[in-house]
Amino acid sequence: MKELFPAKQVMGFVFSLILTAVALLVHFTDMSFSFGMTILLITAFVQAFLQLVVFMHAGESKDGKSIYTTIFYGAIIAIVTVFGSLLILLWDM
Amino acid sequence: MDFLQRFAIPHPSPAIYASMVAIALVSIAIVAGLTYYKKWGYLWTEWLTTVDHKKIGIMYLISALLMLFRGGADAIMMRAQLATPEAKLLDAQHYNEIFTTHGVVMIIFMAMPFIFAFMNLIVPLQIGARDVAFPRLNALSFWLFFAGAMLFNISFVVGGSPDAGWTSYFPLAGNDFSTSVGTNYYMLAIQISGIGSLMTGINMCTTILKMRAPGMTLMKMPMFTWSAFIANVIIIFAFPVLTVALIMGTTDRLFGTNFFTTGNGGMDMLWANFFWVWGHPEVYILILPAFGLYSEIISTFSGRNLYGYKSMVASMVLISLLSFLVWTHHFFTMGQGALTNSIFSVTTMAIAVPTGVKIFNWLFTLWKGKIRFTVPMLYSIGFIPLFTIGGVTGVMLAMSAADYQYHNTMFLVAHFHNAIIPGVVFAMLAGLTYYWPKFFGFMLNEKIGKSTFWLLSIGFILAFFPMYITGLDGQARRMYTYSESTGFGALNMVSFVGAALMAIGFVTIVWNVYYSFKHSSRDIGSDPWDARSLEWATHTPVPVYNFAKVPQIRSSEAFWDAKKHGHQLFTGKQEEIHMPNNSGVPFIMGMIFFVCGFSFVFALWIPAVVSLIGIFVCMGLRSFEKDHGYHISVKEVEETEKLLGGASK
Repeated sequence: MKELFPAKQVMGFVFSLILTAVALLVHFTDMSFSFGMTILLITAFVQAFLQLVVFMHAGESKDGKSIYTTIFYGAIIAIVTVFGSLLILLWDM
Repeated sequence: MDFLQRFAIPHPSPAIYASMVAIALVSIAIVAGLTYYKKWGYLWTEWLTTVDHKKIGIMYLISALLMLFRGGADAIMMRAQLATPEAKLLDAQHYNEIFTTHGVVMIIFMAMPFIFAFMNLIVPLQIGARDVAFPRLNALSFWLFFAGAMLFNISFVVGGSPDAGWTSYFPLAGNDFSTSVGTNYYMLAIQISGIGSLMTGINMCTTILKMRAPGMTLMKMPMFTWSAFIANVIIIFAFPVLTVALIMGTTDRLFGTNFFTTGNGGMDMLWANFFWVWGHPEVYILILPAFGLYSEIISTFSGRNLYGYKSMVASMVLISLLSFLVWTHHFFTMGQGALTNSIFSVTTMAIAVPTGVKIFNWLFTLWKGKIRFTVPMLYSIGFIPLFTIGGVTGVMLAMSAADYQYHNTMFLVAHFHNAIIPGVVFAMLAGLTYYWPKFFGFMLNEKIGKSTFWLLSIGFILAFFPMYITGLDGQARRMYTYSESTGFGALNMVSFVGAALMAIGFVTIVWNVYYSFKHSSRDIGSDPWDARSLEWATHTPVPVYNFAKVPQIRSSEAFWDAKKHGHQLFTGKQEEIHMPNNSGVPFIMGMIFFVCGFSFVFALWIPAVVSLIGIFVCMGLRSFEKDHGYHISVKEVEETEKLLGGASK
């Protein structure tokens, strides 16, 4: 019976609900802009990663390794582009 | 009449009117010729609706050569204008339009289709596949490129060419300073062909990852396939940035948004930033397949396997990552601080390391090799020293403090032409000569080919090396003239002579094709160069299914194994072959995209909306279509094989 119960998915679902609730707190409580943004960014990325792993089954097929490599590579390029642009146009202008 | 007024040229000249007449006459001649020789059906069934990677490759090749001549005509006009001080051949506006279209045509509509031509022609053959992963998407990619190229090329006779430089920096490219529709053409034509490039990127990556012949692990892929793979990975990550930037630029110009304006919270420098986030990786998208071609050619004509296969692959992977970390070096002088400039200086210089590794690998491949000086090999041998000079001047430009001296001078122009002409153009011509017999069934004449090489090399040196000197002396880029007292006259005249030699060189290519078509032997076998990798293992001309039996691979030089070490490439009994069906939808979609782009350029909203709906209808129809392709029976395959020269090895 144990292998029929999708424990991972149920846990993931509960966790994603918690993440959503935490993100909603930013709207309903009075907190500073930067603190709120930090919470939103963290919950958003954790949420996206959770969806990818638990519900879109990344890593479960036989090319799981290449899926993670691609995500990792894409993330690096995105981070470099975003923070590089911020550095050029705002922080060091 | 008011309606037609918008299509008029803002800065007409006799040359443009002559071009209009020439375009009209050529179009009439093509239509009349097709009708007279009753070739419409042939054109439709064999070319416009084809999904065969070889035919799509040939169409890319022809388009690229046509665009090479268009961009070349722009180049020779610029050099003629600058040959003497205070020349009156072109006025400032025409000069602006010409250097803009020269840049865009050469990068987007000449170099890109040229590398796509070779990817399409070679990659499926090198990995032993029957076609690319998504053949119909591949056809769509081509027709989107073609629609974009045609849209861009009509700009100078309908509504005016773009004139803000190929980089099209805002605020110059905004509505305040670029009042004609020229920059709309730039935004939309590049957008359309860019979507096609992105599709090719996805298509080729999937093909290379999923469709390799049994036994061909990633580290047994021929080097050109590796380079194509890396280039397509870069395409997938870089082109979306261009797509988004172009959409933002388009909405700024057409709908009054404020992404790149100087007021209302817009940020004009953001365009330059986005453009080069795409633009620098783009350089490597072009050069890596060129490196791949050189690797194939140098190892074939040295009679040795490629030196340092693993380090070649590692350096390309490193280049693909580093290419995303250097974009700021295109605008060191934009006003960001020394910290930023230093970071990007360092990353830029770092990229010289993997490139240097590749140069040494080629030299070590040549080392003790039994070198045959054929035309492709001449280009490759010429490439190594000339490209190295381009690389070294690149390192000079990479020093951000010194760059304040070089920036926007002819020194920069000399540098990037020095990297692109021996790097990309020579590679394309070498590849063209090398692979010509595989796809057309005859060799190009070696003698004419060699004179082409010498004309181009000497012409190149004469045309671009003087610019290093005038650039250091302060001749600015994109200036349509200069006064006699500057003393730039003599060196610019040398440049013009070099450009003229190059023009003659390019004409000899056409002459070579014509001459070889008339006189070359058709009896060349399937392996005229004594080559090493898998694409030469099939017949010439290549049958539609590429390989009758799926090849079994043992090393990166499968064909050499089969020739010299008795490896059995084709084993087992003949099976039925499954092939994709032709389709007219990609061509129709390309044409609708053209109409859509044209309507957006002139803000004609009704046809724009109608054609957008047409595009979605085409996509919708495709998702409901059941198309399982067709099968070639065993008997048919065996007959074809017999006709092409018996059972293959």
